[in-house]
Order: sequence, then C-alpha cells, then structure tokens
Amino acid sequence: MRIRFEKRLEASKAFRITAPFVAVAFSLLTAGIIMLFADINPLEAYKDMIMEALGTSYGISETLVKATPLIICGLGISIAFRMQLWNIGAEGQLVMGAIGASGVALFSGIESHFLMIAAMIAASMLSGGLWAVVSGFLKAKYRVNEIIVTLLMNYIAISILSLLIYGRWKDPSGFNFPHSAQFAEAARMTYYFDSRLHTGFFIALVLVFLVYVFMEKTVYGYEVRVIGDNPNAAKYAGMNITGAIIGTMFLSGAIAGIAGFSEVSGVQYRLQEGVSIGYGYTAIIVAWLARRSALGVLIVSLIMGILLVGGDSLQIMWQLPVAFVNLFQGLILFFVLSSDFFIANKMRITWGKS
Amino acid sequence: MIEVLLDATIRAGTSILFATTGAIIMERSGVINLGIEGLMLIGALAGFATANLTGSLFLGVCASFLAALAAGAIHGFITVYLRGNQIVCGLSLTMFGIGFTALFGQKMVGKTITEFSRTEIPFLSSIPFINPLFRQDMLVYFSILLVIGVHFFFRRTKWGLYLRSVGENPAAADTSGISVTRYRMMAVLVGSGFAGIGGAYLSLAYTPFWVENMTAGRGWIAVALVIFSQWNSTRAVFGAYLFGGIDALQLRMQAIGTDISAHVLQMLPYLFTIIVLVISTIRLGKGTTPEPESLGIPYDREDRK
Repeated sequence: MRIRFEKRLEASKAFRITAPFVAVAFSLLTAGIIMLFADINPLEAYKDMIMEALGTSYGISETLVKATPLIICGLGISIAFRMQLWNIGAEGQLVMGAIGASGVALFSGIESHFLMIAAMIAASMLSGGLWAVVSGFLKAKYRVNEIIVTLLMNYIAISILSLLIYGRWKDPSGFNFPHSAQFAEAARMTYYFDSRLHTGFFIALVLVFLVYVFMEKTVYGYEVRVIGDNPNAAKYAGMNITGAIIGTMFLSGAIAGIAGFSEVSGVQYRLQEGVSIGYGYTAIIVAWLARRSALGVLIVSLIMGILLVGGDSLQIMWQLPVAFVNLFQGLILFFVLSSDFFIANKMRITWGKS
Repeated sequence: MIEVLLDATIRAGTSILFATTGAIIMERSGVINLGIEGLMLIGALAGFATANLTGSLFLGVCASFLAALAAGAIHGFITVYLRGNQIVCGLSLTMFGIGFTALFGQKMVGKTITEFSRTEIPFLSSIPFINPLFRQDMLVYFSILLVIGVHFFFRRTKWGLYLRSVGENPAAADTSGISVTRYRMMAVLVGSGFAGIGGAYLSLAYTPFWVENMTAGRGWIAVALVIFSQWNSTRAVFGAYLFGGIDALQLRMQAIGTDISAHVLQMLPYLFTIIVLVISTIRLGKGTTPEPESLGIPYDREDRK
C-alpha cells in the first residue's frame, strides 16, 4: 500500500469551512486522553465546562466578559498579521493600555463620565500604540525581528506594572496590597443585566465593524493587504512600506491597548497584577484561527471565551491549574495547522505496486 | 568578587546556552522553532520528575532530552512533513508546553531532589580569577562539550555540511540526493532535546525544584541569542554568558539591597536582550548575512524548479 499526496487544484468550500471544527473536535479528543493520564474524567470535565460557560445566564455573561479583551486584542493582532507583521506582544500592549487608562482615572480629576471614559480610551490607545511602535520602528528601520522584540517587551510591561502598583501608585488605604486605589464612579463603565457584562463588550463590537470597514473599504487597508501579500509589488507601486509598518504596528498596539482600558474600567475598577490572564497570547490564536478577518475574530473569541470560563470551572471543581487552558489552545492550533495540509492536498491510497 | 560573579554568570547562562544551541541546530536546517520556551518547560518537568522518582540525576537529564524530543516531534511533523506555518506552530508548542507542564507539574510542586554537585577539575580549579570555570557541575561541562561538538559537526562532518545545505538551499540539496525532510526532522528532534536539557538545568542544578512557568522567558531570550550568535554555536557561549552575567548581576543587586526597585532590576535581562538583538541585527545587515537562506520557508518538493 502506498499513500500519496497530490495538490488539490481547488479546495472544496465545504471542507474549508468544516476543517476548523474537525480540528477542534480532534483537539478535544486529544486533551481528553491527556486528562485521563492526569486522573480526570474528561467527559465529566467537558460537561462541567459547557454547563459553567453556557448553562446559566450568568455563565453566558461571563463568557462575553472574557471574550471582550480577546475580541479587541484579536482585532489588533489581525491587522498586523494582514501585513505579515508578527505582533506577539498584545499582552504587553494590553498591560500598557491598562496603565495609561488607570493613570487618567487616578490622577486626571476629570468629573464628567463621558469625558473621563474618552480620555481613558485615548490614553490606553496612546500607551499601547507607543509600546508596539518600538518594535515597529526597529522592524521598519533595521529589520529587527519583531516577534522577539514584541514578546520580550511583554515581560518588561509586566515589570512596569509591578513597579507602579508596588510603588508610586499603590493604594495608600489598601492595607499594603499591591494594587492602585479604586477608580471613581466616573471612570467605571456601566454594567448590564445585573451581571458583570459591561460597555466594553459593545465597544468591542463597534471595533469589529470599524476594523472591517478599515481593512476592506479604505485605501490604507488595501495597502496593508498588498504589502502583506506581496511586498515587492507594493514597492513598485510606490507604497511607503516603512511608514506602513510603523503605522500598522501603532494601530495594532493601540487597539490592544483598548483591551487594557476595558479590563480596568469595566471589570476591575483598579490597576492590579493579573490585569490580563494571558488574553494577549490567546488573542494570537484568535487572530490566526479567524484567518485575519474581523468577523472571524468575533466568532472565534466567543468560542475561546467558553474555553476560558470553562477552564475556570475546572480550576474550582477539579483543582486544575489555570494554565491548563493553554494546553487546549496549543492543541487546537496544532490540528488546525495540520488540517490546512489536508485542505491543500488530497490523499490517494494505491494498493499494490505502482 | 569577580570569581563569585563569574561563577553566578556561568550558572545563570548555562540553561540558555543549551537552549540556544538547540535552536541553532534547528535553524541551520531551515526550521524556526518558537516553541523553545515550551520545550524547556517540558524538559524541566520531565527531568525533575524523573530525578525525584528514581533518585538519579543522570536519568533525569536523559528523560528531559527524550520528553522535549517527543514534543519537538510535533513541531517537526507539522512544519516539515505537513509544511505548516513554523511561527504559529512554534507558538502553539510553547502554549502546549505551558499547559501540559502546569497540569502534570501540579503534583511535583514542593517535592525535592538533591541537585547536581560540583566537580572540581584538578589543577585548573586553582587558577585565580578563572577558577569558577572549573568548579562547576557536570551539566556545565557537558554544555561546553556540546558547543564544541556542534561546531565540529557543522564544520567538519559530511552530515553537518548536508544539514547546512538543507537550510541554505533545500532544492539543490534535494537534487543531489539529500533527503530534506529527513535532515530537517532530525535537526528538529535533536535540537528540541537539547532545549529540554536547558530546562532541566534549571530544575536539576540552578534552582532544584519545580514551579509552574519556571523558565520565565528564557526560551525567548535563547531565540533572540541565535541571531546574536549568528547561527554559530561557539558564539552562543558569549551570548548566553552575557545574559547570565546580567541576570547574576541583577540578582546580586537585589540581594545586597540597592535603591533601585527589584522590578526595575527584573526587567534588565529582557531589556538587555532586546538591545543586543538590535545591535546584532544592525551589524548583520552590513555584509552577507549568515542567516540560513531558506529559514522559515517550508520545502515543497513539487514546487522545485
């Protein structure tokens, strides 16, 4: 028997759409087998995850709350991915965004709710964007590998966060806990339905629309796509690639920064450690699985939200570490990457000698 | 004082040295692996768990090599055989490694082992100033031998030459009868194994215990140092010890208690790595780059022209 692979001339549309779901099914199966080795009943664990994330209205609202930063960061990353810029630093950009927004909330003294929120968003975009633009500048000017720079800057951003909340920004009446003072009412986003669902989720939806329009309908978005697909053609067409790299990286980081604003103003009402539980990293998967489309980011984020809320329940009911969710995420990507091969190639099995 | 710092530098740098060497082997064959961080974690846990169970550090090191090799096989299979995106696959490997070790490492938290003891090399260990070099544990000596061995392998052996040609021009290598997939796969397996030993150095020698995420970004620093060392294992020694020196210095400053906040000191190794990366990239930009020509590009035989 021989197995041969041949390139498909055209992949069937049905297969393209079902492939990611098949990949997710395979990763659930594999994770289940791994769970068995850790003495966990996977069927029970999966049931708990689904019930926790979707079984109650509270669960659903929690899923949306967790999906919010993923949507926002995923949009930011997908813009960079469109240009083949590997921004792996959304985690750090989110943290810097949270720091910027918190700075405004704590020290600006603005009293109007509307003005305060607007100023916080602006600050978060500026700090997240400037954080990302460092690697954009290095990439555009000196061709420094942006993957490594954005990633290492995550660690630096988290150190800056610690520096502030253990130092200057520490809550004077916080019994020495490492967090900032609570935000005034003006700096808190409204929440809805008696749950933790906050305005940030709707901001995320608006951003999905804006990014879609930006990428698909504007000249700049068109340029980003052309530069990503074929930098040489773009150069011949006279596009400013250096400027585009820097600009795109700024935009990408600025959007991830909004996620930081959304977390401090919508969920935590103060700056503290763990402002992100790895949202920036999960958003990389989101952007990749979404095939860089804004609407895709929304859908995949909701699925990842289920995984995160379900993962929390595993932590409580099964004493599993939170990082366990990473195992799922890694597996999903492995299987999606493998499925890409089967979309592009067809397998032909021949019997006997050929 | 110099001796103390040199000693701390070597100990802090060795884990990175293993990982960087592993990454160099892979990248020489044309495969980028951003999963080093995950591989190190898998190696650290496998090594620690085995040493804890069997009481043998040697078996621990072997286990770390094999466990990371097995995890690296996923990366190899997807990127070499299925021609998947190397960057995304490596990132997934890191995530997988973090999650996997968090799950299985839970039971290992709080357990102890007897770490590697130091072996003094007679005569050499009494030379002033550089004597810390010769008062190290077996893994440190092994890392140096490995670096020399890898250098020799790439420069002096037929297989090393083939491996390099696979990374430079896979189509040409293929035409002359070298199996690109087999060489790349071997490089990924062996390189991943050494990254695993890099992790095991942390849990078996540097800080003999297991905690979740104990590599703390060293895998990423190792990836950055590949560029600094220009894909050359002997240069990797300088990179790794440079990082080790900064790390040792900041830990020492924390211990003495300076006015500088511990959080500022903690960011120094990362900041420093970025600066080193920028400088070495700019230097690489002038003249011909030693970067393997087809680094990161999957090889598809049917595309051969």
